[in-house]
Amino acid sequence: MKLATHTFDAVIVGGGGAGLRASLEMAASGLKVAVISKVFPTRSHTVSAQGGVNAALGNVDGPDDWRWHMYDTVMGSDFLGDQDAIEYMCKYAPETIYELEHMGLPFSRLDDGKIYQRAFGGQTRDFGGELAHRTCCAADRTGHAMLHTLYQKNIEAKTQFYNEWFAIDLVKAKDGIAGVIAMNIENGEVVFLKSRATILATGGAGRIFQSTTNAHICTGDGFGMALRAGLPLQDMEFWQFHPTGIYGAGVLITEGSRGEGGYLINKDGERYMERYAPHLKDLSCRDVVARSSMMEIREGRGVGPKGEYVLLKLDHLGEDVINKRLPGIRDLAITFAGVDPLKDPIPVVPTCHYIMGGIPTNKFAQVLTLSADGKDQLVEGLYAAGECACVSVHGANRLGANSLLDIVVFGRAAGLHVQQSVREGLSFREPSESDLEAAMARLNRWNTQEQGESVEVIRSELQKVMQEDFGVFRDADAMQKGFKKLEALQQRLKHAAIKDKSLCFNTMRVEALELDNLMETALATAFLANNRTESRGAHARFDYPDRDDKHWLKHSVYFGDGRITYRSINMLPLEVKAIELQAREH
Amino acid sequence: MRFSIYRYNPEKDQKPYMQEYDIDVKKYNCHMVLDALMAIKNFMDETLTFRRSCREGVCGSDGMNMNGKNGLACTTHLSTLKEPIVLRPLPGLPVVRDLIVDMSQFYEQYDKVKPYLQNDKPAPAKERLQSPEERAKLDGLYECILCACCSTACPSFWWNPDKYIGPAGLLQAYRFIVDSRDTATETRLADLADPFSVFRCRGIMNCTDVCPKGLNPAKAISEIKLEMLEHTV
Ligand SMILES: Cc1cc2nc3c(=O)[nH]c(=O)nc-3n(C[C@H](O)[C@H](O)[C@H](O)COP(=O)(O)OP(=O)(O)OC[C@H]3O[C@@H](n4cnc5c(N)ncnc54)[C@H](O)[C@@H]3O)c2cc1C
Ligand code: SF4
Ligand code: SF4
Ligand code: FES
Repeated sequence: MKLATHTFDAVIVGGGGAGLRASLEMAASGLKVAVISKVFPTRSHTVSAQGGVNAALGNVDGPDDWRWHMYDTVMGSDFLGDQDAIEYMCKYAPETIYELEHMGLPFSRLDDGKIYQRAFGGQTRDFGGELAHRTCCAADRTGHAMLHTLYQKNIEAKTQFYNEWFAIDLVKAKDGIAGVIAMNIENGEVVFLKSRATILATGGAGRIFQSTTNAHICTGDGFGMALRAGLPLQDMEFWQFHPTGIYGAGVLITEGSRGEGGYLINKDGERYMERYAPHLKDLSCRDVVARSSMMEIREGRGVGPKGEYVLLKLDHLGEDVINKRLPGIRDLAITFAGVDPLKDPIPVVPTCHYIMGGIPTNKFAQVLTLSADGKDQLVEGLYAAGECACVSVHGANRLGANSLLDIVVFGRAAGLHVQQSVREGLSFREPSESDLEAAMARLNRWNTQEQGESVEVIRSELQKVMQEDFGVFRDADAMQKGFKKLEALQQRLKHAAIKDKSLCFNTMRVEALELDNLMETALATAFLANNRTESRGAHARFDYPDRDDKHWLKHSVYFGDGRITYRSINMLPLEVKAIELQAREH
Repeated sequence: MRFSIYRYNPEKDQKPYMQEYDIDVKKYNCHMVLDALMAIKNFMDETLTFRRSCREGVCGSDGMNMNGKNGLACTTHLSTLKEPIVLRPLPGLPVVRDLIVDMSQFYEQYDKVKPYLQNDKPAPAKERLQSPEERAKLDGLYECILCACCSTACPSFWWNPDKYIGPAGLLQAYRFIVDSRDTATETRLADLADPFSVFRCRGIMNCTDVCPKGLNPAKAISEIKLEMLEHTV
C-alpha cells in the first residue's frame, strides 16, 4: 500500500480550546507542529460554551483561594476526581486566565477594570460556605471569545492547520502510537501523519443521545480511535445532564442565568430547588438540579400539555441584567423556544451535555493504559486533553465552568510536556505495513460496501436507546434491555452502507466514520453504567440509590473487547492535605 | 414544502443545476432551514452536501443564500420564507460542492488585518485593567462568527476578493483598533491606507443588512475611516 506520509514533531487532533491551547504552547518552541480539525477551528464546539470559566481570582467577593475551588471540585466530583489533577488545575487556574486575558480575550469587566466574575453551581467560599463568584466570563459567549482568541493567537504564531481534515484512526507501532491516518474531506486524499507525539483533543460525544446540547460534530471520534487502538476509556458511565436545555430543541441555556439570579419553577409556580437543596438551591451541582427537575416531571408537577418540562424564570432580573449579561440567551430563547425571557419563563428539561469520562491520562496529559498486572502504563507518543480526556478533574460530576478551565490548563500542560519530551529525545515509532493497513480498514470498508442500511437509520436507533435506557435515572432492567438493543445495532452497523462514494467533500462518508465512533462510545457507556452498582454523581440508579464507597470508590476502565478493570482514585495532592471522604450535603 | 436547491459536484456534473425536493416538514419536525436540509439528506438524498455544526447560530458553518438573502440555515425559520424555498451557496466564492463554498479568500482577508491583540508593553502579573466603558466598545464587534454572510453579499468584495478586505475582516480590524489594550493602532491604520483595503467600501450596507448576529460592519468601516482621518497626516 502506498500512503503519503507527512512528518511532524507533534500532531494535534482537534482545533477546539484544548487543541489550540496546546499548539500555542508549542508555537515558540521551534517544533514542527500541525493541528488537524474536521471543521474550521472556530467552528469547534468550544465556540458554544456560554457561561464562563472558573478561577479563584477573588475579583468580586474579596480574597478567594484556589484551595476552596479545589474543595468544591472534589465535592462536586462526588470523590471520583483525582485530587492531584484537581489541585494542579485549580492552582494554575488564575495564571491561565490572566494569560488568556493578555492574549486579548474580551472578558466582561467590573467597575474597577478587573475581570467580571459571576456565581455558578457548586462554587463556595471557605470550604462549603457562602456562594462564591468565581466564574470569569465574556457576557454569555465565553467559549466563543476563548476559541476565537486562541485561534487568533495561532494565526500570529503561524501554526500549521489541516482544516476540514478528518482523523480516521491512530496508527499503532510495537512501542506506542506512531501517528494518525487522516483524510482531506475536500478531495478524499488520505495521508499518514507521522509524529513523535500525537495529542488527541477531539472533544465530546453528546450525539449518542437523542436530545443534547452538543453540536452535530460531537461524535466521540477520539474515543473510537483509542478503543480501536486497544487503549482503554475510563468512567464512561458518567454523563452530565444539564438542567436547562431548551425543551424540544436541546439548545443550552447557561447555568450563568441562574448565577445571575434566575430560578426554576414547576407547574404550580413553586421554586422547587428550595425544597431539594435548601443551601445552594438553584445553584447546587448539576446532577442534583437535573434529578430534582426529573422528579418534578415524574411526579406530575411538570409543565406543558404532557407535563414534560419545567420553567426557567428570568424576567425578574430586569431588562438591564438580561441584555448586558445574558444577551445570547435571550436570542436563543426567542429563536428556539419562541419565548422572550424578559416577559416569560423558558421551557427547559435536563439534557445530555458533557462526558466526564474519557481517555485516561495523568496530569501531564500523557495517555495511560493498564499493564497485564493492572498497573498504570504510559502509552508512548500519545497525549489527550480536553473533553476527550479523563485526567480526572470532574470525577462523577463536573462543576459548571470547570471544563473551559480543564481544556486550557491541560491543553497547555500537554504542550509543555511534549516540548520537554522531545528535548529529552522522544523519537518516532515505526509502524509496520499491517499497522497502517489496520488503521485504513474502516475507511476501506465504507468505501467498498455497496448495499445496506443507511447511517441515519442506525444512528437514530442508537440515540433512542441511549435516551430511553441510559438517561438521568437508570436501573438494571432498562439498561440490560438497552444493552441487547445496542449489541444488535452493532451487528447491523457492520453491514450498513453509504450510497455516496464521491471523493469531493463527501459529508456522508464523514458521518459514516463518525457513526462508528458513536457506537464505540455508546457501548462503553452501556457496559460501564450497567456494571457500576451504586449511585454517584451523575450516575443515578433506582435499584442502587446510594453511594457505595466500600465497593465503588474507584475509576472504571473499559477496553473495546468488553474487558472491565479498575484504577484507584488519586487522593495524594502535592501541597495540601487530601480532602477526606464525606457525604455530599445539599 | 417545496425546495429548489443548487447542486454541483465537479466529479460528475458539467455544470450546476437546481434540484427540486418536496418534503413533509411536519413529519420530520423541521422548524429551521437546516432541519429541512438534514431531513432531505437523511431520508431522501444523501448526496446533498452542506456544512453544519452547532445548529444554534454560533459556529458560522451554514451561511447560505436563502430566497436571495444570505443567512444561517440553522436560525432561519422555515415559516419566514416563501415557497419554493431557493437555496444557493454564498455568492461570489468558488463552489466546492452543492452548498459548500471555498472560503480561502475570505480567511486570507481576515488574516491580513492581524486579528490578534498586540501590546508592546510587558504583561502585568494579573489582568490588564479595562473599564466597563472601554470594554463596551468591543460589543457588536467581537461576536463575529466568521460565517461570511456579509462579505459574500458585498459587491465590492465580489469584484476584488483578493484586494478588498471586506466587511468581516474590517469588522475585526476595528475590534482591535478600539480595544484599549491594543497598542498597534497606528500600524493597523497605516496597513489599511491603500486604495483597496478599506476604500473600496461604497457604503451600500448589504453587509449590515444580512449579518445574522446583528452586527454592523458598515458602521465599523466608517469608524475606521474616521480614525484614519484623525490619525494620519
Ligand atoms: C452548549 C454548551 C455550553 C457549554 N458551556 C460551558 C461553560 O460555560 N463553561 C465550561 O467550562 N464548559 C462549558 N461547556 C463545555 C465545554 O464547552 C466543552 O467541554 C469544551 O469546550 C470542549 O473543548 P475541547 O477543546 O475538548 O473540544 P471541542 O471544542 O469540542 O473541539 C474538538 C475538536 O476536535 C476536532 N475533531 C474531533 N474529531 C475529529 C476527527 N475525527 N478528525 C479531526 N478533527 C476532529 C473538532 O473539529 C474540534 O476542532 C459547554 C458545552 C456546551 C455543549
Ligand atoms: S457597506 Fe461596504 S462592506 Fe458593507 S456591503 Fe457595502 S460596500 Fe460592502
Ligand atoms: S460580521 Fe456578521 S455576517 Fe459578517 S462574518 Fe461576522 S457574523 Fe457573519
Ligand atoms: S450550524 Fe453553527 S451557525 Fe448554523
